[in-house]
Amino acid sequence: MRNRIGFAIAGAALVLSACGTGAASSPSPQSTEPITIGVSLSFSGDFSGDGKALQQGYDLWAQDVNAKGGLLGHHVTMKYVDDASSTQQVVSNYQSLITQDKVALVFGPFSSLLTIPASTVVDRYGYAFPEPAGGGPQVFARKLHSIFFVQPATVEDNLVSYTKWLLALPASQRPQSVAYATQDDPFTQPQVDRAKSLLEAGGITTASYKVYPAETTDFTPLALQVANSKADAVILGTQLPDAIAFVKTFIQQHYNPKTIIETTGPDQGSSFSGPLGANTEGIMVPAGWTAAAKAYGNPTFVQKFLAKFGGSAGDISADAAEAYSVGQVVDQAATKAGSIDNKKLIDALHSGTYQTVQGPISFDSIGQPHGVGVYIEQWQGGSALFVYPPQAALAKPEYPKPTWQ
Amino acid sequence: MKLVVEAAVLGVLTGGVYALMASGLTLIFGVMRIINVGQGALVILGAYLTFVLNRSWHVDPFLGLVLTMPLMFALGVLLQLVFIRPLRTDREALSVLVTYAIALGIEGALGYVFTTNYVQLRAWYENASFPVFSFRITYVYVLGFVVCLGVLGTLFLLLYRTTLGGAIRATMLNRTAAQLIGIDVDRVSAIAFGIGMATAAAGGVVFGLTNAFNPGSHYDLISRLLTIIVLGGLGSLRGAIIAALIMLVTEDITAVVVSPVWASFAFFVILVAVLIIRPQGLYGVRVRERI
Repeated sequence: MRNRIGFAIAGAALVLSACGTGAASSPSPQSTEPITIGVSLSFSGDFSGDGKALQQGYDLWAQDVNAKGGLLGHHVTMKYVDDASSTQQVVSNYQSLITQDKVALVFGPFSSLLTIPASTVVDRYGYAFPEPAGGGPQVFARKLHSIFFVQPATVEDNLVSYTKWLLALPASQRPQSVAYATQDDPFTQPQVDRAKSLLEAGGITTASYKVYPAETTDFTPLALQVANSKADAVILGTQLPDAIAFVKTFIQQHYNPKTIIETTGPDQGSSFSGPLGANTEGIMVPAGWTAAAKAYGNPTFVQKFLAKFGGSAGDISADAAEAYSVGQVVDQAATKAGSIDNKKLIDALHSGTYQTVQGPISFDSIGQPHGVGVYIEQWQGGSALFVYPPQAALAKPEYPKPTWQ
Repeated sequence: MKLVVEAAVLGVLTGGVYALMASGLTLIFGVMRIINVGQGALVILGAYLTFVLNRSWHVDPFLGLVLTMPLMFALGVLLQLVFIRPLRTDREALSVLVTYAIALGIEGALGYVFTTNYVQLRAWYENASFPVFSFRITYVYVLGFVVCLGVLGTLFLLLYRTTLGGAIRATMLNRTAAQLIGIDVDRVSAIAFGIGMATAAAGGVVFGLTNAFNPGSHYDLISRLLTIIVLGGLGSLRGAIIAALIMLVTEDITAVVVSPVWASFAFFVILVAVLIIRPQGLYGVRVRERI
């Protein structure tokens, strides 16, 4: 009996990590035949919120490109398969999309965590791999020629603008100490570690530094530790659930640092503001995109997004804009190459600058964007606005952050 | 030292919530010998039902339990009748697949209705806390703990002070013998599944007040709940409660004293040590079966 139960539990663990996919065939990209673009997205598991947002961005781009006659004349159909936020499933998905579905092109999944294993299999088949959300240093560690991270800067530099802003504050106002806590995720930890080294070099002491596993579900002890450090500033390497949990604990503990920045979460629109209400005020996030930005095609993107999916501009996730940018880059590269052949696209993407709703983007030989650091966005009056650097700012940074309501 | 005490108190309070969520899982196993890997999804379903009452009619999350617990009980009875009762052979293995399918169905339906955006239950006291010595304790955790005590206490009374409870315990001890003395084990199983779901509804409220959740949040929950009932002893309610407290207190103290990276490891060291000494778990019963 016990053995059978043991097998059953082991079976449960196996089943929990598994996920099914569908399959459909797509014609090869000749003349102006319709084509299918394959994407593995997380519709369940930890990244399901981000997966949905990426799908919205990709769908909107496909609708736009088809409305103007297709991708170099090819009508585009998107094919999505669920990877359940699993690093094993994402590999099977791209293998299946390329070898069985024979999709013409592939776009990237969510997170560095999934992009790293996916990029290896995509590269093996010679496909271009433009991707919206895998920018951690490990993504580029294997120096693949086929991957292109479609954001304004590599993830490691995301908090550079924030550190510049902090260090530029008058000495009397500048925080004296910072508490850091980050997931051990290839997206979050490199950002926090880089910010820590820059701020320590700038003379700001470290009050606390904690790394926690990405699968952590109970964040309160960690948040208590940050609150107990009584640091002037808090830098958190979070995804959405922990971004919310940390702030809630700070509110409950009456801990009011002068400034808080979180790597992800505050850029997720109503998913972030819904649980926190007015207490989002003053919270910052590094961001390459905001709904109010005047970048190439952005006002139209926002307008069409709201027409298609409803809601308000503040509800649009940056993930959707990043996915849309992938489509924009591929569209321009295909026009430049005069082909949707993957090899020609890879060559085209390695040269020139591409206009996106996140601003102009160009890539180096291993697919890293040339930009250094993204903007700082801050929640002010119920919406997230660019506040730094001054040339991109729509408002002045609110400092110190107001106390919790 | 202050942090350790704070972490221990927090561990006990959150441990109560996990005990409540795991109690349904262990009860269902005890009665039906099935592993309900859908328990995490049922907790999330309970949280969403409360979310609807909370958002649409501003019903306090805890008061909403008056509605959601009977509703979830009824749904549990229905699920047992439709999906679990037809399993006559190889119940342990098949139940994993069937309840996983139920979990996926619930996740898909919730995703369709509510989207995958994260939500959290709201209450006027959600951020309120009170000072104890040099730290602050959140009302939500204390209220949640009180509700857990109330529900678990009621469950114990039901099991040990009522005829139905006697029938449930008899079925847990020996299903065949219970049948022979005239207990309708199918009816008892349906009721036990319903009770398991009602406790999931209560657990969902506290989980939803203390965590942002979306339809996919059940994956992280179920792995922890399964570990709790293995440590406590499969089928033991008392064991589930003690194991939940051990898990949360150990993890929270390790997270603040050593590192969050070692928190789960510390708990698993205890789990392995207990299983070496008592393979049936803390309060589990050794079962012999003729091969």
